[in-house]
Amino acid sequence: MSRAPFTKGEVVLAARQVAKSYGNVHALKGVNFDIHRGQVTTLFGENGAGKSTLMKILSGVIQPTTGEIVLDGQPVAFGSANEARDRGISIIHQELSLAPNLSVRDNIFMGREIMGPTGVNFAEEERQVRRLMEELEEDIDPLTPVEELRLGQQQIVEIARALSVDSRILIMDEPTSALSASEVEVLFKVIRDLTAKGVSIVYISHHLEEALTITDHAVVLRDGTMTAYAPRAEIDLEWIVRNMVGENYDLGAPPATTFGEVALSVRNLSVPDPAGFDLVDKLSLDVRAGEIVCIYGLMGAGRTELLETCAGRLTASGGEIVLEGREISHLSIAERISRGLALVPEDRQRDGLVQTMSVGQNLSLASISSFTRGLFTSRRAERQLIEHSIKTVTVKTAGGHAAIGSLSGGNQQKVVIGKMLATNPRVIMLDEPSRGIDIGAKAEVFKLLAKGAESGLAVIYTTSEVSEGLSIAHRIIVMHKGRISAEFDSTVTKEKIMAASGESVAA
Amino acid sequence: MSATTAPAHPARKSNFSIGRILLEGRAFFALIAIIAVFSFLSPNYFTLSNFLIMSSQVAIYGILSIGMLLVILNGGIDLSVGSILALCGVVAGAMMQGVELDWAGVILYPPVWAVVVLTIAVGGAVGALNGVLISVFKVPPFVATLGVMYVARGVALLMTNGLTYNNLRGAPELGNTGFNWLGFNRIAGVPISVIVLATIAILAGLMLSRSAFGRWLYASGGNERAAELSGVPTRRVKITVYTISGALAAIAGLVLSSQLTSAGPTAGTTYELTAIAAVVIGGAALTGGRGTVRGTMLGAFVIGFLSAGLVIIGVSSYWQTVFTGAVIVLAVLMNSIQYGRGGRKS
Repeated sequence: MSRAPFTKGEVVLAARQVAKSYGNVHALKGVNFDIHRGQVTTLFGENGAGKSTLMKILSGVIQPTTGEIVLDGQPVAFGSANEARDRGISIIHQELSLAPNLSVRDNIFMGREIMGPTGVNFAEEERQVRRLMEELEEDIDPLTPVEELRLGQQQIVEIARALSVDSRILIMDEPTSALSASEVEVLFKVIRDLTAKGVSIVYISHHLEEALTITDHAVVLRDGTMTAYAPRAEIDLEWIVRNMVGENYDLGAPPATTFGEVALSVRNLSVPDPAGFDLVDKLSLDVRAGEIVCIYGLMGAGRTELLETCAGRLTASGGEIVLEGREISHLSIAERISRGLALVPEDRQRDGLVQTMSVGQNLSLASISSFTRGLFTSRRAERQLIEHSIKTVTVKTAGGHAAIGSLSGGNQQKVVIGKMLATNPRVIMLDEPSRGIDIGAKAEVFKLLAKGAESGLAVIYTTSEVSEGLSIAHRIIVMHKGRISAEFDSTVTKEKIMAASGESVAA
Repeated sequence: MSATTAPAHPARKSNFSIGRILLEGRAFFALIAIIAVFSFLSPNYFTLSNFLIMSSQVAIYGILSIGMLLVILNGGIDLSVGSILALCGVVAGAMMQGVELDWAGVILYPPVWAVVVLTIAVGGAVGALNGVLISVFKVPPFVATLGVMYVARGVALLMTNGLTYNNLRGAPELGNTGFNWLGFNRIAGVPISVIVLATIAILAGLMLSRSAFGRWLYASGGNERAAELSGVPTRRVKITVYTISGALAAIAGLVLSSQLTSAGPTAGTTYELTAIAAVVIGGAALTGGRGTVRGTMLGAFVIGFLSAGLVIIGVSSYWQTVFTGAVIVLAVLMNSIQYGRGGRKS
């Protein structure tokens, strides 16, 4: 890569007042963002802050609703990721975008195969892949199918693909989430080499300390707006956390309830992964009636698997799940719901809502038997149930007949919660209830949970945002690699929670 | 947010209202158009007797397409119904001809009601096999029912050695007369087959709109994971719809062999495709979760009345095939317009 001499630090790519809305959901609300030549700019922010959206806009994957992108001082509009790539911008996505059935070589050159006189020049492609793998100090044969690689190696392939196009600007969205410590070291060495050659890097990571070791600039996003910007020399960990989380909103405090009997008791629960190790590793947990427990942890900590096993979606390899004194491991999902155990799943589009049904039909879906009289459903009883649910969870909708897609993310989430509350549960488990919903809706959801606890409901919710753990929960449990790594009461500090999750300070 | 969407909705509704009515009632308007055009072209088309004859022909496809609708609502497909129809016709034919029990040295002639019950049971059993393959062994519906399609057809051919059972009228001395009642008799001038279709359609309609099972079916077809997590017994729903589809194919087989008073192993070939076409023309989404009995019935009548009309005005049967195909493509095109625009994010 021979390039013309460059001025380090000059702005190469910039976002000007970029906003992006999906229906009623505002993912970005007018963000300004600069990328400096030959330097690393790190983007910090909680889940749903708009980091990935911003990066997708900069790399041409999606188009902004308003605002403009400025490349080398010229406003540009990328119609597709390919257009952006032709201008020297490439992205390593958070979710791997590899074809598992194809070889490493074919993945790296997917869509831009090197053509020779007799078709694809496989030999040349293979030679280039070998050179890339040497550079990345990774011993991966170019002809191995990607599905045979472990996750970390797949991430390396993804990085190699981005490197193979000689980008001027390289966006890395959580590139280290599946890498081992030594692989991260190599990646950082590669990043330093690249910046020395004048390549600009945008880096996104949840590992705050790790990001601080490599970055030159820090930008913090919160709820779709940029809240802080500073060069590396002026910042520290505490500055990032403070700006990420913010202190100007209130998600409530633990309600003053008297705890009842133990409602849900999990004993030595293990959930196996197809690959062999345990996603949940001999975990024990008691939740009492009226108590709100928050399970905090990073992606892959085993929170979802724990809740889905309790709900009956996944099968445990060992241990007991006891609901109000009765072992329920052998029961079906429907039986567990009728005994009073309800799950609000993490991905509401995939697991929570039926898009082809109306708001009302979604709300009544889990309690059909309660308004079935003999062979037929009673329309009147169903309407009462729907109206009651809409009122209790305060769904803003034109009525039960409205299409589910017409609601905002927060109201959709309330529908999923309302659906499970309509089954009159004793224990409700919510997996990331605040994912992808705005602050106002978040506060309402939490208020709803606090109200439930006051009437004797046992509440368990998971989160990967510390501020949400420090709100209504009486008890905060930190999960790390399938185990409980720490347990706190509601007076704990953010730093302690983050440290226990293996997120930052521990490194 | 309600403040921003509420005014936007009525405005859009009034702009699109005529287009929307035409789009949503397309099967109905297509049927009206077909009847109008053929009534104009042929004086024999718009007569009560012709409508009854056409309807009794539609009955076979109509019964199949109700079963197909249930399967498609579940997000699946059932390619085996044509073969199940033939197999069940042959089974009924064999029973009418007498079941020889070698070990007892007698030939049994079951009464017609027993033939009907046993035949429906056979159809249901084959359908249940589809359901188990798909829900328990996770064979994709297309492949599972394709396999069963071949197997059922093969068994029907084996049973008869490729021949056809003729003369299923039974004999008074054997006590098994009345098989042709289904196909030939009329109540108040209406063919029995049409009454059978209407009964099944009403029951299926009630089941879909009013019963818990209907709600389970729409939910699991719309989003199986969400339905399962809401306590819907998705596996049971799946096995049930394929069983019903098989049983309805058996009823269609009975009606057909009764109309012809013969049962052949090659009957009903490609009927499954006609049934799928009726469901699609009726506005159901092949991805599952959307569709009604009313729409499917309209779809079946559109196909039936169209081909019958082409026969009456003397158009070559090759052209019928072309027209039917064009109608199907048009219907799917309109489906994608309807669901592609309205359903998603506002």
